[in-house]
Amino acid sequence: MGRFFGLLIWALTAISVIVLLRGVGAAPEAISQAGRDIDSQFYLTLAITGVVFVIAQGLLGWFIWQYREGREGTVTYIHGNNKIEVGGGVVIGVVFVALALLGQKAWAALHLAGETEDALHVEVTGQQFAWNIRYPGKDGVLGETAPQFVETVNPIGISPRDPAGKDDVMSINKLVVPVNRPVQLNLKSLDVLHDFFMPALRIKQDTVPGLSIPLRFKAEKTGTYDVACAELCGQGHYSMKATLEVMEPAQFEAWLAESAPSEE
Amino acid sequence: MSEATAHHDAHAAPTGFVRRYLFSMDHKVIGIQYWILALVAVFIGMALSFLMRLQIAYPDTPFAFLEALFPKGAEGGQLTPEFYLSMVTMHGTIMVFFVLTTAPQGGFGNWGLPIQIGARDMAFPFLNMMSFWVTFLAFVAIIIALFFAGGAPLGGWTGYPPLSALGPEAGPGQGWGMTWWIISIALFCVASLIGSLNFIVTTLVLRCKGMTLMRMPLTCWGWFTTAILSLLSFPVLLGAGVLLLLDRHAGTSFFLPSNLVVGGKPVDHSGGSPILFQHLFWFFGHPEVYIAILPGMGAVSQIIATCARKPIFGYRAMVYAIFAIGGLGFFVWGHHMFISGMNPYTAVAFSVLTLTIGVPSAVKTINWLGTIWGGKIRFNTPMLFSLGFVSVFVSGGLGGIFLGQSSVDLFLHDTYFVVGHFHLTMGVSAIFGIFAGTYYWFPKMFGRMMHEGMGKAHFFISLIGVYLIFIPMHTIGMGGAPRRYYDSTSFKYLEDIISMNSMITWAAFITIGAQAIFVVNLIWTMLAGKKASDNPWEATTLEWICATPPVHLNFDEDPVVHHGPYEYSVPGAEKDYIMQTDPPSAVPAGTPAQH
Repeated sequence: MGRFFGLLIWALTAISVIVLLRGVGAAPEAISQAGRDIDSQFYLTLAITGVVFVIAQGLLGWFIWQYREGREGTVTYIHGNNKIEVGGGVVIGVVFVALALLGQKAWAALHLAGETEDALHVEVTGQQFAWNIRYPGKDGVLGETAPQFVETVNPIGISPRDPAGKDDVMSINKLVVPVNRPVQLNLKSLDVLHDFFMPALRIKQDTVPGLSIPLRFKAEKTGTYDVACAELCGQGHYSMKATLEVMEPAQFEAWLAESAPSEE
Repeated sequence: MSEATAHHDAHAAPTGFVRRYLFSMDHKVIGIQYWILALVAVFIGMALSFLMRLQIAYPDTPFAFLEALFPKGAEGGQLTPEFYLSMVTMHGTIMVFFVLTTAPQGGFGNWGLPIQIGARDMAFPFLNMMSFWVTFLAFVAIIIALFFAGGAPLGGWTGYPPLSALGPEAGPGQGWGMTWWIISIALFCVASLIGSLNFIVTTLVLRCKGMTLMRMPLTCWGWFTTAILSLLSFPVLLGAGVLLLLDRHAGTSFFLPSNLVVGGKPVDHSGGSPILFQHLFWFFGHPEVYIAILPGMGAVSQIIATCARKPIFGYRAMVYAIFAIGGLGFFVWGHHMFISGMNPYTAVAFSVLTLTIGVPSAVKTINWLGTIWGGKIRFNTPMLFSLGFVSVFVSGGLGGIFLGQSSVDLFLHDTYFVVGHFHLTMGVSAIFGIFAGTYYWFPKMFGRMMHEGMGKAHFFISLIGVYLIFIPMHTIGMGGAPRRYYDSTSFKYLEDIISMNSMITWAAFITIGAQAIFVVNLIWTMLAGKKASDNPWEATTLEWICATPPVHLNFDEDPVVHHGPYEYSVPGAEKDYIMQTDPPSAVPAGTPAQH
């Protein structure tokens, strides 16, 4: 029994390593520096925890194999060993805390760095179950919104009284951004919590009614990418998808002009 | 002590069925009641996970039996999205509260704590009876929520507002089902609060002569620490639940901000904060994880020492580690909220504090390994589940090193990586702890030995099964698959990786099936199991000096303790174990004294 069980622990360890290695590179290609930074922190963590995992399970399997009841010799009567207990705790503590501190770099770059001047501002408003995306028009200013103006053709309730709102560009479930230019999303919600998750950028952020939460990124590769809702928002949660389209700047400007509301 | 004794002599053995088995004040009966409640709940929770796994693996395949079972929830043989999400919600709620909190603490804690510290009963037997019956009412409420017309709640076990606060306008499952869900949780909080007070007072006041704190079995330290966590965290959840009910039904706006538009209509609320609820919820929610796992850690420590025939390695360090895990558990709730919109500077502190929990966890793992090192392991079923606990706890715990880092969490948050992580730690580890405890104490609780062959089959299939279910979930999460998804097949970036889902589902079916072995074993043992001797595992703690099963008030005369709880294989001693109540002379002269 001991031998079988010990071998089984090793086998499960090996299977786990193989299955987890299948996840390496499973995420879509990271298209931003921040995304690559998060990836390298992830893989560093994977390497360190992988070593701890194999050592711990290896010892467990070995001791189970070795110290079965029928073995020769006597039981070692011992109540502990401070050096091993404290030493093991300290080593783990130093490594894990160092890892946590190192991980702050990527977090700080994303969330603690201030606004960049040339950033493109885009407003994203979640609602059950769609993403309303809004760009300021030529005036560079978004019009005010209020609940009483919400209707099917005006899903976020842009005020008809505010001239700044006349030229706002609306896009449903499609976020278009120029490549290599900093973007600041201002995330909002009309009703319940949602979460704007862009896997190719490795970031997600809840949208919270009552708050406007900034989320900054710079996409470095053109293409079309999936965006998912990552906070349970009701029965249609799974269907609340959007796409992120990263375009050449000229192409983006053309798209923006094309999508602008016709002059009345 | 004398006052407490007098108090206990006052409550004499009840006669009559109702007072003896139903409204009993005997801690052992109450413990078994909790254990049976958890057993019923775990099979309901498991049935729900069966349906979820079926949907995840085969989102496009209709099954005739589903339509027969749920004409409304599975029209045409396919689950509706709202039905799927209500399964997710009820599975989580039932498992977390009525299994993982109920069995280890309410069940084994009630049965074992007084007897292991040499007490006749809990300090407040009437409160003890009350805490069970309030828990039972909470369970009734959750079952009502499950079957309520208008749909079972679908806010997840976290029930975040505004979704949970808005009422039926916010979609299916937000009507009375949600209200009953909140009532159930509020009742559960009250019951846990009463229970935890009882545990704390009992531990501090009712220990028998010689049972110093540092001679208590590690099980008692687990229950005691868990009780402190419950005392400090459940009232916060109770508060959050009451405020949420007021938002739903009394027109308040604790969690509802201004300018909401739901289903195209403006909502008349203003001034609240949805994030406030998350703070309150996770201030409870993180300690809750340890409420589920610490009693298991205690039981596993106890069983590993007993079956390795060795003293526990580093008893003091184990006690400090339990306290450290419990204490740190109150300062890390923010790691559930890195992406919530709270101040991003707080993430720095929450990240670092979270990863320090690795220290006491490592100490515990080292000491479990140290305990079996140099031992002579008896591979009976309780020991198998205990060693399985150690393995699964390590595998699951390391996932926390990823999720505790705010930067890595940006990608992994609310993906299947999280699902795999918390199932291995607070789910499987805690359940392995429950099974270890069940196989270990069953002979004393019911007087019969459970069948070893069936026990071993149950263990090995379950161990392999949980690895094949939850490790691949980490992999799917590494690909970025979001959780709580009715159907993820429409995402291009997931095309490759979610093919693992059908394998996971089949592993889950086999693992669920293996639990039938446990049920058969229970029934077989009750009917025809071998009669248990008083001390079948040759263990040292006080429950094994009692009659089998123990009589009302446990002991014929008050025990007196002379030894620590894990004196196995003392060189030169007569037997390879020294009972805590053996005279001091049982330890040969010259052996280094312990505790």
